[in-house]
This record gives sequence, C-alpha cells and structure tokens, in this order.
Amino acid sequence: MSLPPDAATLPPPLDAASPANPVMGIDQAAGNFSYKMDYEFDAGTGLSEKTVRYISAVKKEAPWILEFRLNALQQFLAKPLPTHWATPDLANINFDKIRYYLASGQKPKRTWDEVPDDIKRTFERLGIPEQERRFLAGVEAQFDSEAAYSNIKDVVAKQGVIFANSTEALREHPEIFRKFFGKVIPTGDNKFSALNSAVFSGGSFIYVPKGVKVSHPLQAYFRINAENFGQFERTLIIADEGSELTYMEGCTAPKFSTSTLHSAVVELVALKGAKIQYITVQNWANNVFNLVTKRGVAHEEAEIKWIDCNIGSRLTMKYPGVVLKGRKARGEVISIALANDGQHQDTGAKMIHAADETTSNIVAKSISVGQGRSTYRGVVHIPKHLKGCKNNTECDALLINTNSRTDTYPAITVRGDANSVQHEASVSKVSEEQIFYMQQRGLTEGQAMSLSVNGFVNDLASQFPMEYSVELKRLIDLEMEGSVG
Amino acid sequence: MSLLEIKDLHVAIGEKPIVKGLTLTVRSGEVHAIMGPNGTGKSTLAKAVAGHPSYTITSGDVLLDGRSLLAMQPDERARAGLFLAFQYPSEIPGVSIANFLRAAVQARLGEGEELDASGYYRRLYAKMDLLQIDRKFTSRAINDGFSGGEKKRCEILQMAMLEPRFALMDETDSGLDIDALRIVADGVNALRRTDLGVLMITHYQRLLSYIVPDHVHVMWDGRIVKSGDKSLALELEAKGYDWVKNELVSA
Repeated sequence: MSLPPDAATLPPPLDAASPANPVMGIDQAAGNFSYKMDYEFDAGTGLSEKTVRYISAVKKEAPWILEFRLNALQQFLAKPLPTHWATPDLANINFDKIRYYLASGQKPKRTWDEVPDDIKRTFERLGIPEQERRFLAGVEAQFDSEAAYSNIKDVVAKQGVIFANSTEALREHPEIFRKFFGKVIPTGDNKFSALNSAVFSGGSFIYVPKGVKVSHPLQAYFRINAENFGQFERTLIIADEGSELTYMEGCTAPKFSTSTLHSAVVELVALKGAKIQYITVQNWANNVFNLVTKRGVAHEEAEIKWIDCNIGSRLTMKYPGVVLKGRKARGEVISIALANDGQHQDTGAKMIHAADETTSNIVAKSISVGQGRSTYRGVVHIPKHLKGCKNNTECDALLINTNSRTDTYPAITVRGDANSVQHEASVSKVSEEQIFYMQQRGLTEGQAMSLSVNGFVNDLASQFPMEYSVELKRLIDLEMEGSVG
Repeated sequence: MSLLEIKDLHVAIGEKPIVKGLTLTVRSGEVHAIMGPNGTGKSTLAKAVAGHPSYTITSGDVLLDGRSLLAMQPDERARAGLFLAFQYPSEIPGVSIANFLRAAVQARLGEGEELDASGYYRRLYAKMDLLQIDRKFTSRAINDGFSGGEKKRCEILQMAMLEPRFALMDETDSGLDIDALRIVADGVNALRRTDLGVLMITHYQRLLSYIVPDHVHVMWDGRIVKSGDKSLALELEAKGYDWVKNELVSA
C-alpha cells in the first residue's frame, strides 16, 4: 500500500515577515512559516489498522513492533476521552481528519549539507545548527514524522553514548530498546499514550553507559510543518549506573487555521546513582493540541529532574512524573506555564514514592493572561509502609487581568507518620498600580507585564542552563507584548 | 530651558471632582513646593499629570515645552522627561533594581539601538556613589521588603539614572525618620541642577528645611490659594492650615 502525497491539502508557504533573532532564532513569529513539501511517505488521512500497518511497513519493523502497535490501536479505540475530569475541549479533536505519518525519507542525514533544502532552511531559521555549534553534544532535528538530521559529536559517541531516533534504535539496538520500551509508561496508561504507541515515529533513543557523564546537553528539536498533522514522537532515555545526562527539547509549529495534534510519550530510566535532567521549552502555535505523557523511573540514589516550560498551544495536558523506585532516589519537577488568550495550560507533576528515604520536589508556576487558563494537577503518593520520605510542593499562580482563571488540584496522599510533606500555594495578581509604576519609568504596558512575569519566574529560570533561560525570557517578552490590546 | 505648564486643570476620580482648576508653571532649575492638608488633591494632581488611568482629566491641559501630555500614555510621558517619585512605590517581586533600571534606560533608546552594558553599570555605580548607596542595594528586587527609607532612596536613585526634565515628588518625606529624611534630601539636592525642574508635594514644612524651594504654593480644595517664596512655608508652619482656611472664609 502506498498513498501518494496529496499536494492539494498541503498549506501554501506562509512565510510571514517575522522579526528574526540572530542569536537564539526561536520565537513564536519566527516559527510561523511552513514549506510546501512533497512527502515521499504519507499514511493518508484518518486512523485505522491500515494506517498502522503502513507506518510499520515503511519503517521495515520487526513483527513484535507491529503487534505492539496493533494492540495499542485497539486500546486507543476502546478508551474514552478523559473528559470526565479533563477539559471538554478534547472532544474537538477530530481523529479522522488527522494525517498520522508524513516523511520525506527514512534515514536522517549526518551533516546539514545533505539535508533537503527546505528542511535545512527550516532549521536554520529556527537557529538549530547555530546552537549545535555553540553548546550541544548532539542534535536530532525531527521534521513532521521523521528525523531529518541526527548527529552526535565524536567525542561523545566514543564514550559509548547512543543517540538515535526511535526508528533507527529499534533496528540497531533492539536488545536495549525492547528491555525498557513501554515499561515506564504502559500502552494503556491513558488514551493518548495508547495513540502514541500505535502510530509513534521519531523521537530520541539515548543510552548512556555506566559512569559516563555527558558534559554538554543533547538536544532534539521537533518541528511540525504540515497542516492537519499529528506528531507522535517516542523518546526513551536510559542512563546506566552512575551516568549523567542533560537532554533538551524544543518544539514549534506554524499557525494553521485547523488544529494540529502533538502527542508524545517520553520514558526515562535512571539506574543506580544516575542523573537525568530533561528540559523542555515548547513554543507551540496556538492551534496545537499538546497531549504528552512523560514519566521516569529513578532507581537507588538516582535523580530525575524535569524542567518543563509550556508556552503556546491551544491545550497542553502534561504531568511529568517520577517513580521513586530505589532507596534515596530523588525526583524533581520544575514547571512554568504561560496561558495567553484562548489557551489552556493543564499541567502538573506526579511523584510516586515506592522506596524508603526518597525525596521529591515540585515547584510549579503558572501565568494566566487575558482569557488564558492555567490548571495545576499534582499527585504525590507516599504509601504507609515507607519511612523517611519527603515531598515539597509549591504552586504559585500569577494572574494578569481579571478574566484569567487558575485552578489548583493537588492530590497529596501521604500515609504513615514516618514521612513528611510540605505544600504551599499562592495566587497573586499584577496590579494596575504595578503596571503604572513601571510605565512611569518609561516601559510600555507590554514591557511592564513582561518584566513582572519574568520576575515571577526568575528564581526558576535561573536554574536553567544559560542559553535556555535567555530563550525563556525572550519567549515571555514576545508572548506578553502580543497580549496587550 | 524647559517648561512644565499646568493650565486650569480639573481632575476627577470617577464622578468626584478633586482638582478644580489648578494653574502652575515650573521652569527648569526651579524647585516648587505644593503644601496643603490631607485630601486637598495634591497627590491626585501628581498622578493625573503622570497619566494614571484611574484619574480623569475633565478639563484644562498639561504642557511640556508647549506639547500637551494628555493624549500620551504614561510611558510616553515618562520618556518625554516626566518623573514621578511615588509616595507608595510598588513592589515588583523577582525584578532587581539593576535590571529594572536597565530596562527603563533601554526603553529610552531608539529602535535597534542596544544598551552598552558596561557603560550602564559605570553610570549606575557613579550615581550610587553620589547618593551614598551601597553596591549590594541594586541586586534586591524593587521595593520588595524595603523599609520606608529604602523605598524613597530607591525612587531617588531611579530619578538620578533616568535624568528627567521635571520631577514630581509625592510626599517624599512621608514615613521617614529624621536620618532617612536627611539622606533623601541630600540625594535630591545632589540632583538639583539648572536643567531639572522639581515639584515637591508635601504636608509638612520639615522637608523644606532640607530641600529649600524657590516657590511655595498652598493648595486647598483642589486649587492653589496662596503662592509665595520659602517664607510662606514657615508662616504656614507657624500659623497652621487653619490660617489659610480662615483667610479663605473671610475672603
């Protein structure tokens, strides 16, 4: 079965004039362009067993993977949308109108020169090759369903670090992949993890050998180019005993009039004494449904830290979690969510304590602007039989303008008396007086709002690697300047 | 030389008239003091001139070198050279004084012009030395947890950095003990120069012993009812506001 690319449904190049930023190059306006592509591989519109078989065939997958996908499809179809607790907006996703697989080729290129022109231009406009030269140990750049470029610096590869996309990794490292794949987040965890398991493509596979400390971050960049498209990357990171890794991901999509779906699954495994830091700076256009499942398992004395910045999208539902499986394991979620007009950031964290002396820390800050809505959902679970576990949860919300809405749903279950938990929540507003004060010093209303938002997240942003805190500040500036009517 | 002209200004909060026909001209280099009892419209005047959205100017005009400020946003007025030292400055959590001032200085540069960071810090430190402010001060978040004296010094430092043409100082002495008052007054005096015009709003005479005004105006029920030189402030101190009130009634 081979479906021809349906060129008529492809968007015209938007190529809107946008303020270029020569330094970081990733801003919301700069992401708002797309190229008309002739996709060599296209699974067509809608989701059925045929779609799944097509994707698997194109990737020349082993039979167990096809089985895995088909089973996931059944689970996806059987599960209802979780609208009994989540927003009814989920019901507006039309799964029959989405295109589930679009690719120009199967093998990512190792040098930018080999990458097809339009795709290369896309990533150049987003500043990726520049960042790679400056501070990254390796980059994977995904364009719609597949990685167009993937490279790891020699010095890191020589340490035995594997950095590949999921398609490659399934072919070349099945023994490691299969052992951990789908174990942290089972297919049936939720409707969207089932969807991802059925049609996944791309995403990163990383293995860091025992004791190897990767000195520079590895980065993946996920770019949606096509309209009515669903991106379903699948990431699996394994940090072997005593190893350390920082991984960053960035994402953008052009602004189409129809909605786009992004539904990833990210699984992390930190073996004894390993440390994984996973940083996300997403900057989706406001037509994107971003429904992502992220979870890590931290073994004895291991540490998993999620740093999650959610800017843009129509609806984001994302609750990074850590299962603290081994004694003295540590889990942390630092999250910043900015909900502007017409956006809903439904984010949070899950900390599942499953061993003695495990500690977890959640700091969530949300900003709601105009009609924007932020929701924090958290789960902290410490069962009765454990001793010496600690959790600290802090949720702070900032409201800019009276129409904004914020909700906090912290579910903290701590049993037994040998554990401690601390929870603080605050809601504050940027007042007219504050804005006037700053305007009186010569800042425009937009600059004033942006400065108060940056002040609000300042203590968190300073924990980021420098390049990303600069980037976050710039995204906030752009977002706030656009929000002044 | 610059001119700040307030012409027959009427200001209301909601439906309620507060300032009822006030006329005053301040020239560069002059220090004017407006005195008056509480509730007479002094702070309303300062905020209305600066463009606070809660105050409605119902008639009259405010001109800076002949150009009306009334159609301008508060930030445009600020960039045109107007500075308001607040009676109750706002706290901006997480934003350091150094970063805030940097943003304010950057906002005064032209399109595409980049701030020279090392030049900025040189100038900031020079102003802090002039005002005898400790270097550590500017890494603190603006007014967050500041004492009354620290808030006022922070206002003076901002005024020093932004080099306005006219400064409106709203009850700069309120909430200060005598040592803090002296420090703040020394700061203002250090900034007095031929090209800065100052309009000081105060309830008490004591500030005027430290910052000696060229002109003193007494405000009553939304208008200026008496003007004179610095001796008027002393007379007012000696006789009390009832003196003005009685004069008004008998007139």
